Amino acid sequence: MSATETTKGTRLGALVDWIDARFPMTRFMKEHASEYYAPKNFNFWYYFGSLALVVLVLQIVTGIFLTMNYKPSAEHAFASVEYIMRDVDWGWLIRYMHSTGASAFFIVVYLHMFRGIMYGSYKNPRELVWIFGMLIYLCLMAEAFFGYLLPWGNMSYWGAQVIVSLFGAIPGIGESLVEWIRGDYYISDITLNRFFALHVVALPIALIFLVIAHIFALHEVGSNNPDGVEIKKVKGPDGHPVDGIPFHPYYTVKDLVGFVAFAALFACVLFFAPEMGGYFLEHANFEPANALQTPEHIAPVWYFTPFYAILRAVPNKLLGVILMGVAVVSFFFLPWLDRAKVKSVRYRGWLYKAFLAAFAVSFLALGYLGLQPATPAFTNAARIFAVIYFAFFLLMPWYTRADQTKPVPERVTYDAH
Amino acid sequence: MLIKKPVLTFALGLMLGAALPAGAAEHGGLLQSAHNDVGNVASLQRGARNFVNYCMGCHSAKYVRYNRLEQDLGLSEDQVMKNLMFTGERPHDTMTVSMRPGDAAHWFGRTPPDLSLIARARGTDWLYTFLKSFYLDPSRPTGVNNTMLPGASMPHVLWELQGYQKAVYKGESDAEHNAVHKEFEGFELVQKGSLTPHEYDQFVRDTVNFLDYIGEPMQLKRQSLGLKVLAFLAVFFLLAYFLKKEYWKDVK
Repeated sequence: MSATETTKGTRLGALVDWIDARFPMTRFMKEHASEYYAPKNFNFWYYFGSLALVVLVLQIVTGIFLTMNYKPSAEHAFASVEYIMRDVDWGWLIRYMHSTGASAFFIVVYLHMFRGIMYGSYKNPRELVWIFGMLIYLCLMAEAFFGYLLPWGNMSYWGAQVIVSLFGAIPGIGESLVEWIRGDYYISDITLNRFFALHVVALPIALIFLVIAHIFALHEVGSNNPDGVEIKKVKGPDGHPVDGIPFHPYYTVKDLVGFVAFAALFACVLFFAPEMGGYFLEHANFEPANALQTPEHIAPVWYFTPFYAILRAVPNKLLGVILMGVAVVSFFFLPWLDRAKVKSVRYRGWLYKAFLAAFAVSFLALGYLGLQPATPAFTNAARIFAVIYFAFFLLMPWYTRADQTKPVPERVTYDAH
Repeated sequence: MLIKKPVLTFALGLMLGAALPAGAAEHGGLLQSAHNDVGNVASLQRGARNFVNYCMGCHSAKYVRYNRLEQDLGLSEDQVMKNLMFTGERPHDTMTVSMRPGDAAHWFGRTPPDLSLIARARGTDWLYTFLKSFYLDPSRPTGVNNTMLPGASMPHVLWELQGYQKAVYKGESDAEHNAVHKEFEGFELVQKGSLTPHEYDQFVRDTVNFLDYIGEPMQLKRQSLGLKVLAFLAVFFLLAYFLKKEYWKDVK
């Protein structure tokens, strides 16, 4: 390893050489940026990977600053959040960044996951990329759940109460398990403290490690693309894929455009609608936690509602909890459920497209229904959509094999602009 | 080139769509619009006066500091001390009440809630309607009830201003079930107050405006900063876009 052409012979070049003799800095930069060859035909959907990383960094940085003034105690937590909002310089900005960032994280991650499903990015050889990604998603859900208790608003309190009590449905050990999670007979100061520890230490560490594993696994096998073509199959005389371009500078500058567009949307919410009509910050959470008074209507934050709707659609509590878990875990098995020869939706037949569209619609519909009161009509609708949701996974081995696929081209499709 | 319109619309829809079912009116369409404006400093000043004189006997705003009102409401320290502070507080103190929570719970049935965040919890329209919806109800210990919060333990503190009103119902007797189906129609003033109905509306609007402001004192600053950030991002976007275009020229 050595300094680049421009720095060769200079003092900076000497410093780089000195470091490279002791730490693989230049090699690392090359492997993961300037000589990581990514397919040149990435489309709109490929922004969300880098955006997820941006939001992760945003959450960590704003989280650190929030921790400086937040007090994890039942007596002071709610007041300390208001202290941050009113008395800490720019505290409101940091807090809104963090609260908006939480919802933005899920929006970005859901779109990122949908991209992966659409273009078959979980298929051989990217099964581990997908598994690490799913583990990130699980950690993210836990992170969001623990974080939601911390403002100690009434919805924080009752949301945690409802979700923790779900574990009570497990036969035999249920009740003791719930007590073990709470550390008390009800959601209390003790629960708040341990959720704080998990939210600011344990899960962020797990998330960072998983993100590194996700990216390393990706860079080992190379990125998929909207055509689902392996670009490594066609290499030029220089040994690099003909359809690949160095991630840096091509995708760094392209992702920068995506980032600015995302930042503008983010700013619209942050500065003009931080509550997002009660969906990002719920109205009931502006009242402090009150063990004696339930909010009028308890619903989890929007990003959990597809699974919450499935839970409520099942009359038996234990079965509901199991199906809710299965609804999340099913994603892990996609690489083995999908038996199609082609990866991308572009070369699949109408059968797969119909199932994918029905799945996307039912996911959104369940998300909506999970926010609504469980009237009989809504519950029946949730049952229908839940059946479609599970059919997407359960019937996948059949319909992906039966599907009439189209021939996949040798090279990616790309029109130079 | 890089963003296909339908896809963008879909992503936008996903982000903003969550906000759609938000505006549904509660309590059968009784809710009235507050039409308050937190940018109206005169209204905020009147609201602060109303709040301190009529609400703060029982309700605190314990996250709000008096000297914050100076900055945001365009008042001098002297004005705030003379007009809004009556019991020896210092300017950096928060707006607390001296009534003990235990006593309050004993007298009213429950402790009057802190109002710092009530506008964010309930909404300004709800508060506006609530303060206009006390009506005579001899069955209640306070002599009044409220259509927005049936069984409210709060007495009609503003009766001297508004007067007393009764609720008018469109009744239909249902002999078969031995019941009367009542449908709320509106209020009728039975005892005049010192303010005209129009003046009372304005009084309530100013008070709600103040509550809206203390719920999020930085909200105007937030919006004006937001415009600057968006202007910056618009310029940044153009630079990033042309930078990308320049680099991608050689991708064939």
